[in-house]
Amino acid sequence: MSERGDLEIIAGLVPAGSRVLDLGCGNGELLAHLRQHKGCSGYGIEFDDANVQACVQRGVNVIQLNLEDGLALFDDGSFDVVLQLDTLQHLRRTEHMLRETARVGRIGIVSFPNFAHWANRLHVLAGRMPVTRALPYQWYDTPNLRVGTYADFEVLARKTGLAVTDSFGLQAGAVVRRWPNLRASMAVFRFERR
Amino acid sequence: MHFAEPLPLRSGAVLADYTLRYETYGTLNAQASNAVLVCHALNASHHVAGTAPDGSLGWWDNLVGPGKPLDTNRFFVIGVNNPGSCFGSTGPMHVNPATGRVYGADFPVMTVEDWVDAQARLMTRLGITRLAAVLGGSLGGMQALAWALRHPQAVGHCVAVATAPNLSAQNIAFNEVARRAIVTDPDFHGGHFHAHGVVPKRGLRVARMIGHITYLAGDAMEARFGREMRQTELSYSTQDIEFQVESYLRHQGDKFSEYFDANTYLLITRALDYFDPAREHGGDLAQAFAMAQAQKFLLVSFTTDWRFSPERSREIVKALVDNRIDVSYAEIDAPHGHDAFLLDDPRYHGVMRAYFERVAVDCSAPGRPKPNAPPRGEDAAGVQGAQ
Repeated sequence: MSERGDLEIIAGLVPAGSRVLDLGCGNGELLAHLRQHKGCSGYGIEFDDANVQACVQRGVNVIQLNLEDGLALFDDGSFDVVLQLDTLQHLRRTEHMLRETARVGRIGIVSFPNFAHWANRLHVLAGRMPVTRALPYQWYDTPNLRVGTYADFEVLARKTGLAVTDSFGLQAGAVVRRWPNLRASMAVFRFERR
Repeated sequence: MHFAEPLPLRSGAVLADYTLRYETYGTLNAQASNAVLVCHALNASHHVAGTAPDGSLGWWDNLVGPGKPLDTNRFFVIGVNNPGSCFGSTGPMHVNPATGRVYGADFPVMTVEDWVDAQARLMTRLGITRLAAVLGGSLGGMQALAWALRHPQAVGHCVAVATAPNLSAQNIAFNEVARRAIVTDPDFHGGHFHAHGVVPKRGLRVARMIGHITYLAGDAMEARFGREMRQTELSYSTQDIEFQVESYLRHQGDKFSEYFDANTYLLITRALDYFDPAREHGGDLAQAFAMAQAQKFLLVSFTTDWRFSPERSREIVKALVDNRIDVSYAEIDAPHGHDAFLLDDPRYHGVMRAYFERVAVDCSAPGRPKPNAPPRGEDAAGVQGAQ
């Protein structure tokens, strides 16, 4: 997560005392925050060696796994909340991952860069792929395998059988509820199994 | 240290009277809250770290010592030689007090749980009621897990590296080949070779060669030896050494047969075979770990370890997650196979260091202020008690 404000906004979506699974938990900052401020417990999943070590350093439970291999380690409904923040775009099997998220958790919370943010649209209008804070890579070296928009996710959620219970955009550490597909560089969705 | 009270064993037998050889490193704090027990694997001993009087370096010296990932400036580290082994604790080469003769094959079969119980008695004698952590790799990792299951109140953290919840059929098969190599050596004499004044070295050599193959990743072996020849010309011999890998294995076998006891090899491989905490719970590993709620776990595996593969560690992680137990798991992408747990890969040691820093915070937590311990000597060995 890029901003402290984003972290607090996402944390606000997680009910106090939840059992949380954070897919792509990075350095464990959010899990540590949730544990300290909201009495949450749970695990982070991370693939990167340096991040795994950072989580261990913080005392955050971290399990080193490749998310592409799925979530076989976790039983159905074994978590209150499954977070997938700024991670979905790195995964090949987007739809499968969303289904797994909904299988393992009661509530799923996803965030990803919104390709339809006006700044990105301007880049494309000018004939170039966007390079922005939310999408900081050149087209030829981006780790993002899937780029989608806020509006695209609404369609995918419907197709995947997810009931979206809340959604908004994030821009510069603030919530964007009006025209998020145009005005927000990040999209956030909270959903449950239908 | 000598123990006069008999140790009841899983098999129903008892170890009547026994001595445990151990080493310690660092200083036990006033609250006795900074103790870490290090459990050894098949062919290792109590000599975990530092340099012994005979010049030998501890088997985990790259991990354990002053300023190392398991920092003996902060922790009081204990290494114990398990009973049945051959490095000073009571074992099959010692005299059976009941008969006045060397135990040999009569030494009782030991299990991982029996070792843990013996270690627990030593901890009591040392005035340690609760270990900050138990650490082990491979068979040592099994002991760490068994500690968490048998003495859940006596362990804060369980660190199990390159281990498994039980042996696979393939693992048992390798052990069995090694055992047959020993048992069928004409010098074995049913395990009572001492009485005949011989040692079944041929069997031990072959056993070690087999074991050694399983500790190395195929790719690592390929990279190290490939098809490298000893001489440039083929000698067209079926018995001479042609390839360097043969030379290496024979050398390992020769070295091993000089110091390792044949009955110990049988006992320790059997203890490996028997370890299976899920067995008493209908094969349900999660149920086995249900009583380990009080501890925190770190599991580490290595991607190229085909003897104790990452999948096996993940089974343990799953059992812990199913019980909502605190666990972290690192899967280190190292090329060295099972042996990786003894090497100093920076990612591996980075995680170990980070974890033990947390353990240090935990064991000096509320009501347990860190005492102003006197500065320790620069002596890396720090060997204080050897018995």
